Amino acid sequence: MVIILARRIAQAVLVLLLVALISFAIFRFVGNPVENILGQEATVQDRNEMIERMGLNDPIPVQYARFVWDALHFDFGISYRTAEPVAELIASRLPATLELAFISALFALVAGILLGIFTAISRGRFLAGLVMTTSLVGVSLPTFLIGVLLIWLFAVELGVLPSFGRGDTVRLGFWETGLLTASGLKSLILPAITLGLYQMTLIMRLVRSEMLEVLRQDFIKFARARGLPERMVLLRHALRNTLVPVTTVAGLQLGSIVAFAIITETVFQWPGVGLMFINAVYFVDIPVMSAYLLLVGTLFVLINFIVDLLYLAIDPRIRDRNLRGGG
Amino acid sequence: MTAPLLEVSDLSVEFPQRRQRLQALDRISFTLEAGEVLGFVGESGAGKSLTGAAIMGLLEPPGRITGGRITLQGQRIDGQAESVRGRRIGMIFQDPLTSLNPLRTVGDQLVETIQLHLGMDAGAAAQRAGELLDEVGIDRGRIGAYPHEFSGGMRQRIVIALALAPEPELIIADEPTTALDVSIQAQVLALLRRLCKERGAAVILITHDMGVIAETTDRVAVLYAGRLVETGRTAEVIAAPRHPYTKGLMAATPNLDLVSVDTVLPQIPGSMPSLAALPPGCRCHPRCGDVMPVCRRTAAPFIDGVACHLYGAQTQEAG
Amino acid sequence: MTSPPVRPSEKPAGAPESAPTSVSASISASISASRLQRALASDFVYDFTRAPIAIIAGLVVLFLFLVAILAPLVAPTNPFDPASLNLMNGFTPPMQANMFTGESFVMGTDDQGRDLLSAIIYGLRVSLFVGVMSVLLAMGLGVSLGLIAGYVGGWLDNLIMRIADIQLTFPSILIAMLIFGVLRGIIPPDLRDEMAIFVLITAIGLSEWVPFARTVRATTLVEKEKEYVQAARLIGLGRHQIMWRHILPNVLGPVLVIATITLALAIIAEATLSFLGVGAPATEPSLGTLIRIGQDFLFSGEWWILTFPAITLLALALSVNLLGDWLKDTLNPRLK
Repeated sequence: MVIILARRIAQAVLVLLLVALISFAIFRFVGNPVENILGQEATVQDRNEMIERMGLNDPIPVQYARFVWDALHFDFGISYRTAEPVAELIASRLPATLELAFISALFALVAGILLGIFTAISRGRFLAGLVMTTSLVGVSLPTFLIGVLLIWLFAVELGVLPSFGRGDTVRLGFWETGLLTASGLKSLILPAITLGLYQMTLIMRLVRSEMLEVLRQDFIKFARARGLPERMVLLRHALRNTLVPVTTVAGLQLGSIVAFAIITETVFQWPGVGLMFINAVYFVDIPVMSAYLLLVGTLFVLINFIVDLLYLAIDPRIRDRNLRGGG
Repeated sequence: MTAPLLEVSDLSVEFPQRRQRLQALDRISFTLEAGEVLGFVGESGAGKSLTGAAIMGLLEPPGRITGGRITLQGQRIDGQAESVRGRRIGMIFQDPLTSLNPLRTVGDQLVETIQLHLGMDAGAAAQRAGELLDEVGIDRGRIGAYPHEFSGGMRQRIVIALALAPEPELIIADEPTTALDVSIQAQVLALLRRLCKERGAAVILITHDMGVIAETTDRVAVLYAGRLVETGRTAEVIAAPRHPYTKGLMAATPNLDLVSVDTVLPQIPGSMPSLAALPPGCRCHPRCGDVMPVCRRTAAPFIDGVACHLYGAQTQEAG
Repeated sequence: MTSPPVRPSEKPAGAPESAPTSVSASISASISASRLQRALASDFVYDFTRAPIAIIAGLVVLFLFLVAILAPLVAPTNPFDPASLNLMNGFTPPMQANMFTGESFVMGTDDQGRDLLSAIIYGLRVSLFVGVMSVLLAMGLGVSLGLIAGYVGGWLDNLIMRIADIQLTFPSILIAMLIFGVLRGIIPPDLRDEMAIFVLITAIGLSEWVPFARTVRATTLVEKEKEYVQAARLIGLGRHQIMWRHILPNVLGPVLVIATITLALAIIAEATLSFLGVGAPATEPSLGTLIRIGQDFLFSGEWWILTFPAITLLALALSVNLLGDWLKDTLNPRLK
């Protein structure tokens, strides 16, 4: 077991270094760092000084190592646009994104699993068909369009929910939360639904198809043949077998919520790291772009890694196969 | 004479399809005495498994029973199979690998069945589960193991234990050994037969293997294209088959005493018709060596254990 | 559905051997007729004609494509010709005469006085152009890499699949954004708007190649072992010839389904990027760009600037998705 763990960790670290490499490459080679900081009017002497100071003449691997070292110490350089340290910028905006992501993920998971089970069990009934068709719409529509439509319906036409921003927030130490105020919570609703809708439909369809697949299996037939009542068959046999593959895929999907937050944050002008990234791309603010990439990349690698381990732990067959085969 | 345990009369099963309705079983009738082992034999697709599924009420939609009655101890069960499923009629399937839930321990699945049907508490149920494992020849210490940790033969024994746990009166075994190694097949069959005889439980053994029929069953029923063609005591049917199809089956079964390396094993020419293209009259007539003009027009009624025009006239004359 | 009876044996005895030309011609004619009949009576067409959703979706997609291709002929005005614009026409509601100029527009005008219907038609054109081109790019790249990985194998295969796996760890839209951002950073500022469309195509195309590669690789691995490949090798054909001219035609089957689904994804990706402001610029807007512009006017009452492009995008996205879904469902058992 330890061997498998070590292998997985090694793989993850490798990919992390690769992500860092790409991030570094963007940081160092896209655009001209010196020009961006000093402006085009700088003298040759100033420029050379800056190059020395930033260590831009050192061999590339050294620069890369320095980049990684700095990153591990949360030093991501300075924004070209606002001249503030990128790390601070990220720190100030991260809570907003994380809260939004968390609430969305909760919504997607709970609603997705419940609806998925419902549509699998009541297959062929009208309500199930209706839900499936609506879900198809949810998957086909771009997230931003859903957000815009929700704004139009609830903010413009009905006027019941805010159309942008986080509402009032409360500061708890370094974390600014919107969960403790009424306006904060109201502001969360539309963005959370927008962000979570796509994931919810995905999870719902996944749970449904997995459950249908499981229900087709022989051991379900045998469970019924043994006289187990249908409710028992569903809950004690079908459900657990369904949720195993679902947790892995759901985990992966939910991780991507942080990436899709970019879109939702833009639609609702939500002051999170996603909006920060888009502005960085638009204004070619390289350090911010690079730092965001590094962070999100790390996040994804981590999620993949955790889900891998989860799957190993839950499914005894895979665990044993790995143990016996030595991984 | 005691009333039969199971009575199936004129059972018909249909599969409505996109452009037609396929008749998978056509007026099957047979009886089963308590404690006896009845074999159901026929080629793949003849309808053997469907009969078992119909009795259990486990037909896969869109298949459905369109006619006939099924009674257990005089009580009608067609349409209400849930009341007897597992408790009075058990069923085991062909593939032991997929019959057990891979994510739950063997003990879990046993205890669940025991508690459901026999109402014991967890401790007593676990005890009983251990006893059942003993009976089927599995070390009861492995009660906490997962299905994939057992070999195919052992898994099928666990399946048998699971089916016998509620003490049913009848077990339907659908090709229980087809997926097992030949060397294990005999063991598992012998186990099944012994345990059922000990408990006085009847068995319907569905198979396409005449050897299994000969070894394990008391009576046999031969199916072809959804119709019953012959029934009778196994020994008699094997020694003196009446229906031409049964004769062909017997001739095609290798017998070590009679064949040598040079013997050419006779085959019944042709193949069973697909349900979408059933021949008129007697369904066997395209492949029958004794075919008569009447066979092409009308099906022979099932009289005195055989459905063939060759015998219809005789028995009518005699009776 | 029987083929027309052609019985060569019923030729009159002693007929000259030249008769077979007409007989064989009629045989092949009857074969191709029955092939068409068979195709028309096949399950595929049967399923299609009985799935009204697929038909409607198909028609909508066809209609939108035609409109986009024929844009210069269909649109009432060219909204991007500055000479034709009259600022006074701005903010005209749909189907109402403008209070200054008296002109009326079916879908109203935006803040610059551009006819919205024309803007949508040209925007549709940009959206579809980017969508189709990026799919072609993804397909070209993915199929090639998949073929090479599957056929050549070894370390090259490992490398390509590793890259594919790593790329799959991240959502494709993020990768598209990344590539767009990087390319944009490299291009000098004054060229950025001009090159935006090509950068967009490159970004989206590069983010969607993996499914193509994986499927083609899997099929190639299977085809590699087949006899016609062994035969080709025996004759002495080089690797490239075998790969491109012999194996490739046989692995293209599943590619169609993936291409349709990828088209839906590409259209949505393009709309999203344009909406975010990192896609098609305002000078050559796609539907996504138009929606972004429209959102600004939502609260001030000029609802039409947002609504009509939004509905168009909705119809497009939904139809392509439905079509792709249906295609995937029907063709899947055959693929297996």
